[in-house]
Amino acid sequence: MPASAPEVPAVEFRGVTKRYGSTPAVRDLSFTVARGEFFSLLGPSGCGKTTTLRLLAGFESADDGEIRLFGEVVNQRRPYERDLAMVFQSYALFPHLSVERNVAFGLEQRKRPAREIRDRVRHALELVRLDPGVYAARQPSELSGGQRQRVALARALVLEPRVLLLDEPLGALDLKLRKEMQVELKALNQQLSVTFIHVTHDQEEALVMSDRLAVMDQAQIAQLGTPAEIYENPRTAFVADFIGEANFLEGRAARRQGGKAAGRQEEWWEVIGAAGAFAVPSSPAISEGGDVRIAIRPEWLDLWRPGSLPAGENGLPATVQDLIYLGETIHVRVALADGRAMIIALRNEGQLIKPLSWSRGDACVAGWLPEDCQVLEG
Amino acid sequence: MIAARRRFLRWVSRHEGSRGALLLGPGGAWLFAFFLLPILILLGYSFMPRGPYGGVESGFTLEHYRRFLDPLYLGILRRTVWLSFLCTIACLLLAFPTAYFIVRSGRRRNLLLFLAVLPFWTSSLVRTYAMIFLLRDSGLINRALMDLGLVHVPLRLLYTEGAVLAGLVYGALPFMILPIYASLEKLDPALLEAAEGLGARPWARFVRIVWPLTFPGVAVGSLLVFVPSLGSFVVPDLLGGARHMMIGNLIQNQFGPARNWPFGSAAAFAVMAFLMIAMLGVLRMTGGRAGTGDAR
Repeated sequence: MPASAPEVPAVEFRGVTKRYGSTPAVRDLSFTVARGEFFSLLGPSGCGKTTTLRLLAGFESADDGEIRLFGEVVNQRRPYERDLAMVFQSYALFPHLSVERNVAFGLEQRKRPAREIRDRVRHALELVRLDPGVYAARQPSELSGGQRQRVALARALVLEPRVLLLDEPLGALDLKLRKEMQVELKALNQQLSVTFIHVTHDQEEALVMSDRLAVMDQAQIAQLGTPAEIYENPRTAFVADFIGEANFLEGRAARRQGGKAAGRQEEWWEVIGAAGAFAVPSSPAISEGGDVRIAIRPEWLDLWRPGSLPAGENGLPATVQDLIYLGETIHVRVALADGRAMIIALRNEGQLIKPLSWSRGDACVAGWLPEDCQVLEG
Repeated sequence: MIAARRRFLRWVSRHEGSRGALLLGPGGAWLFAFFLLPILILLGYSFMPRGPYGGVESGFTLEHYRRFLDPLYLGILRRTVWLSFLCTIACLLLAFPTAYFIVRSGRRRNLLLFLAVLPFWTSSLVRTYAMIFLLRDSGLINRALMDLGLVHVPLRLLYTEGAVLAGLVYGALPFMILPIYASLEKLDPALLEAAEGLGARPWARFVRIVWPLTFPGVAVGSLLVFVPSLGSFVVPDLLGGARHMMIGNLIQNQFGPARNWPFGSAAAFAVMAFLMIAMLGVLRMTGGRAGTGDAR
């Protein structure tokens, strides 16, 4: 293949649009996925993530734009001409065929010799940690959900595709199994150097497994980046809210200050909000007198007694409303002066040994370092 | 009244077996009185000598069965089986695409299903007469062909085997559509996508996925079409005339004008025996798979 220079991405979407009737399921979508990458499409139901995957798989055809695989335009190719394989949400195992025949199906369609089929099926089952001696002859109806998932995975991997598509592959599994499979899928991705494209609505799953992920909203990509970029620098309120938890604050940009905050020389905006004033790092999204919206993760906040806020920190007076015990952390819900609620996550250092000294109704200050917030666009 | 009811319910709950008897009782009694009993009577008749004025005389004879082995009657049986077989195949070929289309037609499904069974709303006799108007020498088809100048002499359409077949297929088609529809509806579309993604072309998808998974529906539909076709007598009588008799006409004749009940009974049992042997053969051939859909 001439187009296989190393810099050519495994997958590329260029201005792809897909409409159902007049409503676009995917609008002017452009992104690339590097070879061997574990890439997730994340979003609420109806955001277009599954359509994107089905466009790539070839089960839907784009109304507009180009879809490339390893540099070649594949818009017109049938699914089986794209050198990729898909694991379906429902697994879609053939109920009338044994595990072995399910996994062999793709190779049989490709008219491989019987001996090769047998060896590759065996190998694929071992790859997903199913003992061929035990499971090869079983029917799908005799398997647990986790085992079916593995068979579906083996059936896709046995074809040695260059790109593996996963449509909510872990959605039907219980929590413990899901965490196990997350680790295993990630390991397979690294071991096989196959590009994985993964669709999910589970933000934690996407953060754990992905090298990069695209958060989708209303038929478009809201933000694309590494898990850390998405979590720590969410660009829009939608992303901040969808990934993890976030507190939102609004205000008006009063004046620019070239001052020292938290001991560093930088530019700050003083923002006047309904619950008080606070400093926000300079951002292109802020203009004098304009509206400012920021997101603060619960763990970026701290709780102080009135008057004890360290210098250089932002602080808004509040009242403790609720303590929510979550095990690893304790969420303190406070009400700001304007009545708005904020969640502050405190590390749980053992409530039996060293209980929190806060209780409902206490006056407090919700404090954070000015740079520990994300200025949102729009 | 209430006390009696309570006592009855207590009795039922104490006697485990009585629950089954209650559920099966009414239907069983009905079948016994109106199916098993008459059939046993007919079985008895088929071995008894014929009375001079209809009816039977006491005694035992195999004469009626021997008579059925006459090439004349075997020919009728052969034609009956052949026509029923053709009817089943034709229904299958017509019903499968129809059912497939209905399953895939979204919100119009129920309307289409309703249209498929709409012919049941009129009596089969009326529908068969309607076909006569269509097929006879001065019927709609011949009139149209002559007006178009395609033929100068009316085509012989009525009183042919083709007419009988058309009538049988027309009457039986919904019985094939419904079971196939039911099994196609249960077929997960993702299975077809999975097969396509794994490299199966349309024909391979049909042979390896659709056909095996809808086979139970096909088997039920074939049974529902083939068995009644074997016994049909209105359609061959009206559309086939005397030269295209089916076994149903023969039996009807013996019980009616010919007044030979024992021979009619023997013919009926001969057909039943044939049917049972054929069924066993089919079951043996498919290894008892017919009727078990998915799992194993």
